[in-house]
This record gives sequence, C-alpha cells and structure tokens, in this order.
Amino acid sequence: MIAIIDYGVGNLRSVHNAVKFISPHTKSFITSDPEQILKADRIIFPGQGAMPDCVRELEKRGLSDALKEAAKIKPFLGICLGLQMLFEKSEEGNQKGFGLLPGKIKRFKLSDKERIKIPHMGWNNVMQSKPHPLWNKIETGSQFYFVHSYYAEVSDKDLVVGYSEHGEDFACAIAKDNIFATQFHPEKSAQLGLQLLKNFILWDI
Amino acid sequence: MTVAKRIIPCLDVTDGRVVKGINFVELKDAGDPVEIAKQYNEQGADEITFLDITASSDNRGLIFDIIEKVAKQIFIPLTVGGGVRSCDDIRNLLNAGADKVGINTSAINNPDLVAESSARFGSQAIVVAIDAKKVDNHWEVFTHGGRNATGIDAIMWAEKMVSLGAGELLITSMDKDGTKTGFDNELNKFISEKVDVPIIASGGVGNLQHLVDGVKVGGADAVLAASIFHYGEYQIQEAKDYMAKNNIQIRL
Repeated sequence: MIAIIDYGVGNLRSVHNAVKFISPHTKSFITSDPEQILKADRIIFPGQGAMPDCVRELEKRGLSDALKEAAKIKPFLGICLGLQMLFEKSEEGNQKGFGLLPGKIKRFKLSDKERIKIPHMGWNNVMQSKPHPLWNKIETGSQFYFVHSYYAEVSDKDLVVGYSEHGEDFACAIAKDNIFATQFHPEKSAQLGLQLLKNFILWDI
Repeated sequence: MTVAKRIIPCLDVTDGRVVKGINFVELKDAGDPVEIAKQYNEQGADEITFLDITASSDNRGLIFDIIEKVAKQIFIPLTVGGGVRSCDDIRNLLNAGADKVGINTSAINNPDLVAESSARFGSQAIVVAIDAKKVDNHWEVFTHGGRNATGIDAIMWAEKMVSLGAGELLITSMDKDGTKTGFDNELNKFISEKVDVPIIASGGVGNLQHLVDGVKVGGADAVLAASIFHYGEYQIQEAKDYMAKNNIQIRL
C-alpha cells in the first residue's frame, strides 16, 4: 500500500499515474488523512511551489506529525519540495522544515562567471556518488527532469548519493536509512524515472 | 554536465483533434492528440506542448480529456495553453495532468492573473506566451493569432511578466510563424539576455539548422516546433542528433 501525500499543492496525479503505470497491481492512493499515512507501507511525498505555503498546508491538514512518524520507519520517497521539506530550514521565507535530514535549502545564485537560468528547468545529468538500491538499472550520468529554484546544502556529505550541476554542483539525491529524496522529478523523467519509482516500490529497507 | 536544451513538439488542438496553422489562419488536420503525443514521447521529445485553439465554448472541455489520457501514458512534462482565463482554469488543467499552463491574452487583459497563479501554483507551472511582431524598430505584443496589436513593447512585457512570477516565457514570432525561415533570433536574444527564466523559441522552424540557430544565435533554452515534426519531415531523434553534432547539450 503506497500513500501519496496530498496537501493541496502540485501535480500529484502524475506521481499516481506513474505508480499505477509501472505497478498496476500495487495498491496506491492519494491521501491527506494522517491515519492512512500511518497505515501505508510506503510513502511518496511530492511537492511543488513555495515551501512556506507547503508547510502551512501540511500543518492545516494535521499531516506533519504523521509524516515525521512515517519517515522514521517506512520506505519514504521525497520528491522536489518533498525533499526540501525534510531538511532543517530553508532560505525561502526563512521556513523551518522537518529536520529529518541535516542541512538547509538555498536559492541558486546568478553569477557573472557562468550564465544560468532560474528556475533550473529541464533535463540534467545525475552523477551517482554512492551506490543505492534505488539506482538499480540506472547508470550514473543519466538525465532526469528538474524544475526548481532552491537546492539542498547537505551538512553530512555521506548522505549525498547523487549530484548534478547548475552553475555549481548540488546534491540532487539524498539517502538516509529508509529515506530517499530526489530534487528531480522521477514521475516526469520518462523511462529512467519510472525505473527509479519501480526501484522504490521494490526497495527492502 | 549542464542542463540540456529541450526540443518541444507543439500540438495545436481544436475540437479534440490536432491541427497545425499556417500563419495561424489556414488549418490542416493531422490526427489524434493522444497517439501523436505517444509517438513523440517514443521519439525522445523532452516535453510536449498542447495549444488549445478551439473556438467554440461547447468543445473547450475536450482538452481536459486529452490531457488526462496523455498524462496516464506519458511521463514527460506537459504544457497546455490556449483560452486560459482564470486561476480556476489553471487549476483544472493542472488537475487533469498538465505540469505547466501557458497564459497569453489573459496576461494582457489581466496581468494580476500571472501574479496570482504563480503565487498559488508556483512559478514553475506558469508559462507566459508572448506573440510578437516587428513594428518599425521594435517588437510589439499581438493577440488573437497576430491580428490585434496591443501597443505593448515585447521586451518590456517579457521583463514585466517575469517580475510578476512567470517561470518561463514562450516567445512566438508572428512574422516568422508558418514561414519555415527560422526563429526570430534577434528578438529571442534580446529577451534571453534580459530575463533570468528559461525562454522557449517558437515560430518559423523549417529545418534542423533553425533549431541550432535558435539556441546558438537566439539564446533559447528550448525550441518548439510543430509542422516539421507533424508531417514527418524530421524525427525528434534526428533533430537531437543534429543539435548534438553542433555541440549543443541535449537529452540522449
């Protein structure tokens, strides 16, 4: 049973569509019910938009505690803003996050050295800095779809399993125990994105 | 290792079918949107854009069915534009499975829509489409497929839209659209240098060199084309190979 967390923002349908596409017989549902989150075997925590709004919507629905609880023990996949909210705090609105991962969320900086566009939007290479079951059948350097203006500055480099580059190197895949989080969107990254989701569904922690 | 330039096939949809306009006036039927989207996905399209040009309000809802069907089978970003007037329209398209929504005329009638919708759904979901035509020594924003002049300077408009929260700009040259003589790279270059969000070049692609020029001369982050792909003149993969050969980073 996979719970995809709904807190009124972002395109959750595409995550659900992707899960149903790769694993039609796995029970999956979109939910904003804390009970359901606690009952589910696996959690996908997507997100899009501004972090302060997302945290407010989570609080409004009383989801934060259930999510933090689930993130302690269950296979847990954070995507995009769902990655960012797992960290201690964000520059965006000076917002506090869940503090499950050490570090903070920073905005990309425009520099004179190299012209970059913000948001970082499009397909970029993901270099695998560590092996992980979620990289199964995915080669290092494969391209995934990104769309974001903020990224995680991870205090414990050992947790970084993948990085990419936009003006500078940044961590785009972070893993700790039962948690895996991606800054890119596997649900929008064609075949390899579906492979990563499949790996998540099969992941034995 | 850097973000790849994107190739975006555009499907003009009216009454649930794909068509392609020649200078936005004469239309030719080119098929079923879901099948075409699947083909483009298989060919390696980086993204797909649907432009709903349905005139009658009776058939406007058809686009939702199309997006829902496509989003169940294709896992790359989908953009939908055409006739978007309100935050509710945007929400409904995102709920149907669109990742980004294009706003064109409504941004001119009501610039607050760009501010409101980007605050509500995130800048990443809001693409402002600008149709521009060269008038004397500058570019002016036009609406209604190039028929109505607005008197607004296109470059200033681009900057304003970004300041209100647009996450991306889709620049279509009304002078070039349908001509197959290449993008208006001069216009695109001006805008690309002024704004920090990605820009998509559109209007005028007739061959693969035009795509390369769009990136190298016009500074576009993504190139959009319809007819060269629809009528099978080129496959997406051919376009990518050609761009790669010209040292443009693309998605393999």
